[in-house]
Amino acid sequence: MKINQLTITEAQKGLKEKKFSSVELVKTCLEEIKSKNPEINAFITICEKEALAQAKEVDELINHQSSTINHQPLFGVPVAIKDNFCTKGIKTTAGSNVLKNFIPVYDATVVDKLKKAGAIIIGKANMDAWAHGSSGENSDFGPTKNPFDESRVPGGSSSGSAAAVASQMVLAATGTDTGGSIRLPASFCHLVGLKPTYGRVSRYGIVAMASSLDAIGHLTKNVEDAALILKVTAGHDKLDATTPDIPVPDYEKNLQKELKGLKLGVPKEYFSSGLNEEIKEKINQAIRELEKLGMEIMEVSLPHTQYALAAYYIIQPSEVSSNLARYDGIRYGFDRQSFSDEAKRRIMLGTYTLSSGYYEAYYLKAMQVRTLIKKDFEEVFKKVDVLVTPVSPNLPFKIGEKIADPLEMYLSDVFTVTANLAGIPGLSFPVGWIDNLPVGMQILGPQFAEELLFRVGYHYEKMTGKIQFN
Amino acid sequence: MRRISNLTEDEVKHVAKLAKLSLTPQEVKKLQSQLSGVLDYVDVLKKLGTKDIEPTSQVTGLENVFRSDEPGPSLQPEEVLKNASEKNNGLFLVKAILRRPLFLALLEIKK
Repeated sequence: MKINQLTITEAQKGLKEKKFSSVELVKTCLEEIKSKNPEINAFITICEKEALAQAKEVDELINHQSSTINHQPLFGVPVAIKDNFCTKGIKTTAGSNVLKNFIPVYDATVVDKLKKAGAIIIGKANMDAWAHGSSGENSDFGPTKNPFDESRVPGGSSSGSAAAVASQMVLAATGTDTGGSIRLPASFCHLVGLKPTYGRVSRYGIVAMASSLDAIGHLTKNVEDAALILKVTAGHDKLDATTPDIPVPDYEKNLQKELKGLKLGVPKEYFSSGLNEEIKEKINQAIRELEKLGMEIMEVSLPHTQYALAAYYIIQPSEVSSNLARYDGIRYGFDRQSFSDEAKRRIMLGTYTLSSGYYEAYYLKAMQVRTLIKKDFEEVFKKVDVLVTPVSPNLPFKIGEKIADPLEMYLSDVFTVTANLAGIPGLSFPVGWIDNLPVGMQILGPQFAEELLFRVGYHYEKMTGKIQFN
Repeated sequence: MRRISNLTEDEVKHVAKLAKLSLTPQEVKKLQSQLSGVLDYVDVLKKLGTKDIEPTSQVTGLENVFRSDEPGPSLQPEEVLKNASEKNNGLFLVKAILRRPLFLALLEIKK
C-alpha cells in the first residue's frame, strides 16, 4: 500500500511514528497527480513548489518540536481545495474563464483554518464553473473524469475534489454544496461527503453561488476524517454574519457511541418511481444493516418533497444572477463576455424571475414553498432522529449524456436540494457497487446535528468494512 | 395568467439587457427554448396554495446580525488594485459613465 492511499488518521499516525516524512507523503501525492491527472483532469492548479516547501517545514517541526503535532489536527495532511475558495497568492478561478487570471490577496476563512491546522495545499481542484452543475462538464477548464470509469462523470460541482480523493492524489478535499455539489460527487466517486448545516462553516472568501443555500464542506475517504475536518472548519466567523455562535462539538468523541434506540426515518417520497430500482435495493439493504445496529426504522412522509426542485431552480438562479452581477471586469477578472453557457443560462433565468412583475410569482412564491419544506423536516424530526435517502436517482452517467438538456441535468439534484432549502446537514457515504459503479446513501438530520450523522455513518462503515479503492 | 412557455425573443433580449449580457442571435433562440422549458417545469408550484405562508430567506433564524463599528486590519491599496484591469494613481480606472457637460452641470449643482 502506498502512503497516499492512507486516511488522514492513518497518515498522521505514520508521521508521528516517523514511518515516513511529510515530504515523502507530499511527493507520493504529487507523483500520483503526475501520472493520473493528465487523464482525470482533477486539478486546475497544482502547487508543487508551495506544497513541498510547506512539507519541509512540517518535517522540521516534527523533528524539533514533536509536541506541535498534537495541536494541529491536520498536521502534514495533503489536501485539494476546490477552486472557488480564495487562496492567497494562488490562482482561484471558480472554474470560469472570467477568473482565469485572478490571484486572491487573502485566504478564505476555511483555507486559513486548514493551514493553521497543518494541512498542506497540493492544488486547486477542477469544478463546474461557478459551481453550476451536477457533472463537472461545465468547467471552462475541461471536464473531470470519474476515476472508476473514465467515460463517466464524477458528479459535480465539486468534480475535481471528488476525483482527486478517489484517485488517491490527495487525502481529502474541500467542496461547496448549494444543491448537492458535495454529496453527489461523493456518491459517484465512492467517498464520504459532508454538507454541514447552513452557517456551520464560514463562507468568507468563497466565491458565492446562491447565498441563502451555500454550505461549505468536504470529501474524505471515511467518516472519521470527515468529523476531524469539520472540527477544524466549523464555528463562528466575524467575517460571515450567517455563522451563529454555537459551540463546535468534539465530533470524534462520540463517534463510537452506539446507535441502539435511535430512530431512522425512511421518507417514502424519496423512494418513488424516479429512483433506479437497483439503487433502491442497495439502500434498502443498507437500511437493514442499520436496523441490525439497533436503529428503529420508521416510514415517514415529507409531503412537499415534490415541489422542492422547482423551488430550488427559482431561488438558486435568482441568487446566482445577483451574485454574478459583481463581475464587471474592473476590479478583478474578465468582463461578462467570458461567461460560458450555463452561467449565462442561470443569470438569465434568475434575472427573469427577479424582474419587476415576476418577483412575486416566482421568487417570493418559491421562498414560501421553502417554508413548507422546512416545516416538513421540523415535523418529521419530532418523530425520528435522522432520515435516510438516496443521493442520486441514477448511477454515474456518461460524459456528454445530459449536457445538451439542462432540465435533465437539473433533475440529478432531486434528492439533495431539500437539505439546502431547509438548511439541514447531510452526509453521503458509500453503500456498494452496481456494475462496478459506486452507489451512495444520504443521512439527513436536524440543523446542527452533524455529530449524529457521523455516528450513523461511522457504525455503518465499521460494520460493512473499510472503504476499498482499486 | 399568461403561459410562460411562450417567452418571446424580445423578452429574452430584454432580460439579457437587464443582466448586461450580450447574446448572439443563436444564443437568444437557444435560451428562448431552454428557459421556457425550465419555467414550464417550475410552474408546478402554482398548484400549491401559499396564502399567508411566511417566506423563508434565512434558515437558521438569525436576525439583524451586527458587529461593533471598529476599524480592524484591512487590505493595502496596492493589494486591492493588484487584480485590476486598469488603474491610475492608486484608483481603479473606468470608462466615464456621464458625458462631460452633464458632469460639469452636476458639479455646479453641488456647489
